Amino acid sequence: MSEATIVSLPDQSTARIPKMNFLTKENGLLSWLLTGDHKRIATLYLISITFFFFIGGALAGLIRLELLTPQTTLMAADTYNKVFTMHGVIMVFFFLVPSVPATIGNFLIPMMVGAKDLALPKVNLLSWYLYVIAGIMAIYTMAAGGVDTGWTFTTPLSTHYLNTHVISTGLAIFVAGFSSIFTGLNFIVTIHKMRCPGMTWFRLPLFVWSNYAASILMVLGTPVLAITLVLVVLERTMHIGVFDPAFGGDPLLFQHLFWFYSHPAVYIMILPGMGVISEVVSTFSRKRVFGYTAVAFSSVAIAVFGFFVWAHHMFIMGISNYAALIFSLLTMLVAVPSAIKIFNWAFTLYKGSITFETPMLYAFGFMGLFTIGGLTGVFLGTTGTDIHLTETYFIVAHFHFVMVGGMLMAFLSGVHFWWPKWTGRMYPEKISQLAAIVTFIGFNFTFFPQFILGMLGMPRRYAAYPPEFQALNVFSTAGATILGIGYLLPIIYLTWSLKYGEIAGNNPWQATGLEWQTQSPPLTENFPEIPIMDHEAYDYEWLEKMQEKEVASVG
Amino acid sequence: MSDSTAIANGGQGLSNSASSANTASSAHSEHPPYQRHHFESVDQQFDATNFAMWLFLLTEVMFFGGLFTAYLIMRNWYYPAFVVGSHQLSIFWGTANTAVLIASSFTMAMSVWSAEVRRKKSLLIYLCLTLVFGLTFLGIKGIEWHEKWEKHHIPGEHFSVQSFVNPQSDPEVYNEYHDAPLAPDMAQKTEEYFFLYFAMTGMHALHMVIGVGILIFMIFRAKAGAYTTGHVTFVENFGLYWHFVDIIWIYLFALLYLISRH
Repeated sequence: MSEATIVSLPDQSTARIPKMNFLTKENGLLSWLLTGDHKRIATLYLISITFFFFIGGALAGLIRLELLTPQTTLMAADTYNKVFTMHGVIMVFFFLVPSVPATIGNFLIPMMVGAKDLALPKVNLLSWYLYVIAGIMAIYTMAAGGVDTGWTFTTPLSTHYLNTHVISTGLAIFVAGFSSIFTGLNFIVTIHKMRCPGMTWFRLPLFVWSNYAASILMVLGTPVLAITLVLVVLERTMHIGVFDPAFGGDPLLFQHLFWFYSHPAVYIMILPGMGVISEVVSTFSRKRVFGYTAVAFSSVAIAVFGFFVWAHHMFIMGISNYAALIFSLLTMLVAVPSAIKIFNWAFTLYKGSITFETPMLYAFGFMGLFTIGGLTGVFLGTTGTDIHLTETYFIVAHFHFVMVGGMLMAFLSGVHFWWPKWTGRMYPEKISQLAAIVTFIGFNFTFFPQFILGMLGMPRRYAAYPPEFQALNVFSTAGATILGIGYLLPIIYLTWSLKYGEIAGNNPWQATGLEWQTQSPPLTENFPEIPIMDHEAYDYEWLEKMQEKEVASVG
Repeated sequence: MSDSTAIANGGQGLSNSASSANTASSAHSEHPPYQRHHFESVDQQFDATNFAMWLFLLTEVMFFGGLFTAYLIMRNWYYPAFVVGSHQLSIFWGTANTAVLIASSFTMAMSVWSAEVRRKKSLLIYLCLTLVFGLTFLGIKGIEWHEKWEKHHIPGEHFSVQSFVNPQSDPEVYNEYHDAPLAPDMAQKTEEYFFLYFAMTGMHALHMVIGVGILIFMIFRAKAGAYTTGHVTFVENFGLYWHFVDIIWIYLFALLYLISRH
């Protein structure tokens, strides 16, 4: 790895964290709990989702431990069902959906568009409270005995056959859904109405574009999940409903309604991550993102196509062959805008001045793993192979490659990239580079064997499996422990850096975004005065001229 | 922050309090008190909140869309059951309720107009009228639901298919429609119809109840003069919500009451 770096920190002997910033503005618990400041709400979100990430991660650890041996050794099969269900519910609804938008997006979007705050600060705070209420309901569910439907709540299993806490989980997700709707709504309004003078649509950073696309999905998709869950809850409480065939209902209707949200939901999870990667790749290659317009529109294209592919989750559920054909074709179309992004990032790297700081390492991890995850998605979108591979570990591996290998890498990349802006201090570079590499290695060890297991036919969602699958499962569990270390490290050194990290200064990465042109941590109002955008996004020459001018005027 | 600002802003002082007291007071002299600090101008504030309301209504369309989809699919499957189920609804009360809601939409539109031209007294009258119409709607809905209760048409343990396997036992409806008796399995599917009827009208009524709650809140604030200072965003956005709930009812009326009337 080259020693070159773009990091430029102020002289540590004289540098200070600005006295007046959004963290020090007011003190006391109430000033946090009643805040309208998007940066403080983002901080609250960051803490809450990290909490749920570790609960979900611990549950994942239990799953992997159980699968170390072919027999059910650690827990009963029923308990195993509950553990993987809660792992899915917590990771999907309480970590992945809010991960980048509600934390990094919340923190950055107003700054990136040159505004003082999101358009609706109170709605933003409400969104966090809804998230917390939903989280408490989810924890209550776990404490009360859990739920074992799988995160997909398949009917009539969830409404007729099981006697676990489906209702409280369903309501928790209902409430969490509204939290997500309000975040999305706030972003769309902010991006439309709050841009500073000169900030045209095509001067917006690509992070804003991708969050905009994800917000469209949140706003249009989540209500459908909400009403579906209401119907599930009614069906369970009244023992009459529209999904259970015993009452004359249609279980496929549930599948259609559920996946109408839950397929776009995976784009809600991945799109903001792609936005992070665009920012990071550009900054650490010192180049404008190649094909800016194409990357911007590919986000919107993913959002639009994302609404027309849901039935690919239902190929084996008895939908008509013609429907399967069309949904298969549409599914493959989503690969096009995803590939546009990957190719454009690759071209951004081409002849760029690449440096290998931690965010960039995570971004490389994203690009490799997301490509594998995305391409295996095309296998699954092909009706013939899907019939063989669905409901096996292949699909588990595919999903985790996209969500953990893709989204979580992007999330960590973003957290490291904007950490100096958020806290005013740098994270320790060497150990975080190590953490990025450990995560990458651990991830591949954990999930690559699962592709093979799936090909060989190991079904998902069982606590026991035939002994011939053990070797690969041991690999996977061993990898999971490495992965666990990879996730623990950042928590430790990032906390450490809050006090002992080097002072970052305004713009340690020499990045061009508006958020880097203000102090770190920013003022409550973000900018001393509303900025005027007089250059294109990712214009490194503009940045250089600006800095020359500053030096000249100081000198 | 002065008291008058706190009133005009309602609870909105929340984010303002983040900026320190001295900048807040100096900033207030530069723009109207109801303009919140993170907006550049009143126009921007109005545009943004109005746009947000439209987006919220879009999410509501998707929310009800799920119910309408379920209804249309089930209706297609169990057509005879849905026809006789629909015959159980009272066209009289349904029409009356539609008229009440349309009247309330008119008074709501007049409320917005009164706020715009800063007529506090007429604003109060129209808001109160809207409230009365809203409550009337809920009352009539209550009468209709009560009738279903008496006839054992509420899905669940006490549901009875009597009116559908033996239509003559229900002379009031029979004399009007002369429905043929349904086979027992199809008659059972009327429960599906009533489940959707209650889910859809119940969800609509819940929106009405929320609307009524906000209306009461608005009447108190209007009394304090909050909406007649030129800042009509709240009234206008609530108006959008109220009209939206009305429109949902128009669809419900057509789909649940009128569609099977030949």
